[in-house]
Amino acid sequence: MLTRRLTLLAPVSLALVVAIAAPAAAQDKSIVVSSTTSTQDSGLFRHILPLFKAKTGIEVKVVAQGTGQALDTGRRGDADVVFVHARPAEEKFIAEGFGVKRHPVMYNDFVLIGPKGDPAGIKGSRDIVAALTAIKSKGAPFISRGDRSGTHQAELKLWKVAGVDIPAEKEAKKLGPWYKEIGQGMGAALNTAAASGSYVLSDRATWISFKNKSDLVIAVEGDKRLFNQYGVILVNPKKHPNVKADLGQQFIDWLTSPEGQKAIADYKIDGQQLFFPNAVDSNA
Amino acid sequence: MGNSDGASAISLVLSADPALMEIVRLSLAVSLSAVFFAALIGIPFGALIALTRFRGRDGVIVLLNALMGLPPVVVGLVVFLALSRSGPLGSWGILFTPQAMVIAQAVLVTPIIAALTRQTVEDLWAEYRDELTAMRVGPAGRVATLIWDARFSLVTTLLAGFGRAAAEVGAIIIVGGNIEGFTRTMTTAIALETSKGDLPLAVGLGIVLIAIVVVINAVAWMARVAGERIAG
Amino acid sequence: MTMRGPTSDLPIVLENVGFSAGASHILHDVSLAIPSGGPTVVIGPNGSGKTTLLRILSGLLVATRGCIAWGTRDAVPERLAIVFQRPTMLRRSAAANLRYALRAAHIPRAAHAKRTAELLALVGLEAFGERPARRLSGGEQQRLALARALARDPTVLLLDEPTASLDPAATKSVEEVIRAVAARGIKVVMTTHDLGAARRLAADVVMLHRGRVLATGPSPVFFSTPPNADVATFLAGDLLL
Repeated sequence: MLTRRLTLLAPVSLALVVAIAAPAAAQDKSIVVSSTTSTQDSGLFRHILPLFKAKTGIEVKVVAQGTGQALDTGRRGDADVVFVHARPAEEKFIAEGFGVKRHPVMYNDFVLIGPKGDPAGIKGSRDIVAALTAIKSKGAPFISRGDRSGTHQAELKLWKVAGVDIPAEKEAKKLGPWYKEIGQGMGAALNTAAASGSYVLSDRATWISFKNKSDLVIAVEGDKRLFNQYGVILVNPKKHPNVKADLGQQFIDWLTSPEGQKAIADYKIDGQQLFFPNAVDSNA
Repeated sequence: MGNSDGASAISLVLSADPALMEIVRLSLAVSLSAVFFAALIGIPFGALIALTRFRGRDGVIVLLNALMGLPPVVVGLVVFLALSRSGPLGSWGILFTPQAMVIAQAVLVTPIIAALTRQTVEDLWAEYRDELTAMRVGPAGRVATLIWDARFSLVTTLLAGFGRAAAEVGAIIIVGGNIEGFTRTMTTAIALETSKGDLPLAVGLGIVLIAIVVVINAVAWMARVAGERIAG
Repeated sequence: MTMRGPTSDLPIVLENVGFSAGASHILHDVSLAIPSGGPTVVIGPNGSGKTTLLRILSGLLVATRGCIAWGTRDAVPERLAIVFQRPTMLRRSAAANLRYALRAAHIPRAAHAKRTAELLALVGLEAFGERPARRLSGGEQQRLALARALARDPTVLLLDEPTASLDPAATKSVEEVIRAVAARGIKVVMTTHDLGAARRLAADVVMLHRGRVLATGPSPVFFSTPPNADVATFLAGDLLL
């Protein structure tokens, strides 16, 4: 009787393995792209990837993480292409030999979000540096992503321009309680800012599609220093032979082609364009 | 699932939205498979510990019980490092796939099933010891008899394991990557929608998930009642 | 069940057997020969070591001193069966319990149906085959345990207080089974504190007191002419301290 029960196990386990494996088998022509949570949350991929698949038949699997983690995934060889927005980190990635070449793709901009009550008195300003200085001097609550992401790195750079060295002050324990690091993605940061009436730096795309705005509004926008450049890099097949270099390159070529650039520009939320293609801009 | 714009998850269920169905299918496939493999390893292992005496046995039992509380996110990290291309099992190439998720959850659930099986079998062995010894039943026979006669309690154990697997998100979001249409489950979708600020949708998905788990438990309960009526 | 002639599993000979568990000494210096033939009944007050003696005879306990031989061997015979005072029913039907015992005794599967029916009939449980064993009454469970032991086709059958928790009707039917079993040549060794049952069933008697053998002898002489004063006290129903 025991053997009869044991033989039941075989078809059951087979069925289970098949049930999970079935979708996997269908993904033979596919690449893994590591990108950022803010890019995914904006909905851009859902718009452009079907167009790419229709043209080339290549399935793009996006693993969305913070920029630091996304580059790390590329370093480990767990992704074929890296698509992030932190130029210094990207160039370091290539200098270390993990990436082949950096191609600019598009930019979007950051906006400073804050409570309607505007405790720092900066609403409507077009000067991000002055705004940050005001926030610090008034001790107005500020949420930082604190996760090595592109947004986080941009935030730290802006503080530096405003004369505040956040990492150094943290080290010296001179940073006041008004500055809070949460170590999470853009959505979580916005949730936290909404719940605590704080200022937070966000990319415009995530802000527009964010559904829990409560009483948050855009406090500062339009400063050229808030522009956020995206780059796409093929992971170096010499470092990781498993990288699907040909398929990955097809993706990069499409993104930077007129067709791909137009697809990016066509993506709108509430009639607003979120990403501005600039693959041809050699300075980007 | 599309931009929800406040559309409730309940209406998505009622309209059998294909993306939602796929997420539910994947959640069940991953968690049920994980429990299956965890049971394959955990039940015999737990029974073995229950029936054998060896030096350090108490330490093993304490460790097994402690492992029931393994933090999912830690398991996810360890499995991620193991399955990464740069890791020891990188050549398998299964990071960011459902298979990796099954492995991570199986690691999480096996200690639960093993520890609870050990307790159940040990209790039943205390009852059966004299008779099975008198009938000269060998070690393999003992294990098989105890597992079979304790099957209803073991079903509860499996349900505990399934509950753990179906509820967790920390492990599978790391090793699966929450890829849309491929490794997105109910819990990772809830995490995503929360981070996008779509809290009504996240809550709706949560209700659907809980409802599914309740249904599974109800089915298991009815099966147990029917089974006990037959076997006593 | 077949008629059985003298087997090499008997007599069971104990030489200076002692059993201690930790600080308590339960059996001292027990020397006995249990011959083939009719039932040997072990009597004695509570705590005299009857159950321990039976468990040693079955191999479930190992004597801490002395030695035992079962017939020509010093290992417990394969065809020895024991029924415990409070038998445990497996969580399955009565018939399934018997089939389990048959399988454990390596009886070929083809014979199971017939043997199960025979055994159930022998103990008067024909109507209860499909009932969950744990739902049987105390007496019915005792009878099923007896049938389960007989499934092994034993040469030696050990019974620990087989009628202790039974009402008179059940006691009568169990005693009938014991007589039938003994008549077919199976050696029965049973403990009991029911002196009436002892008188009715014993071919020879062993009396234990405080872990020692007080007296042995054939029945009914043992009862009509007690070998010593302590035995007489006990048989008269007085407390033996």
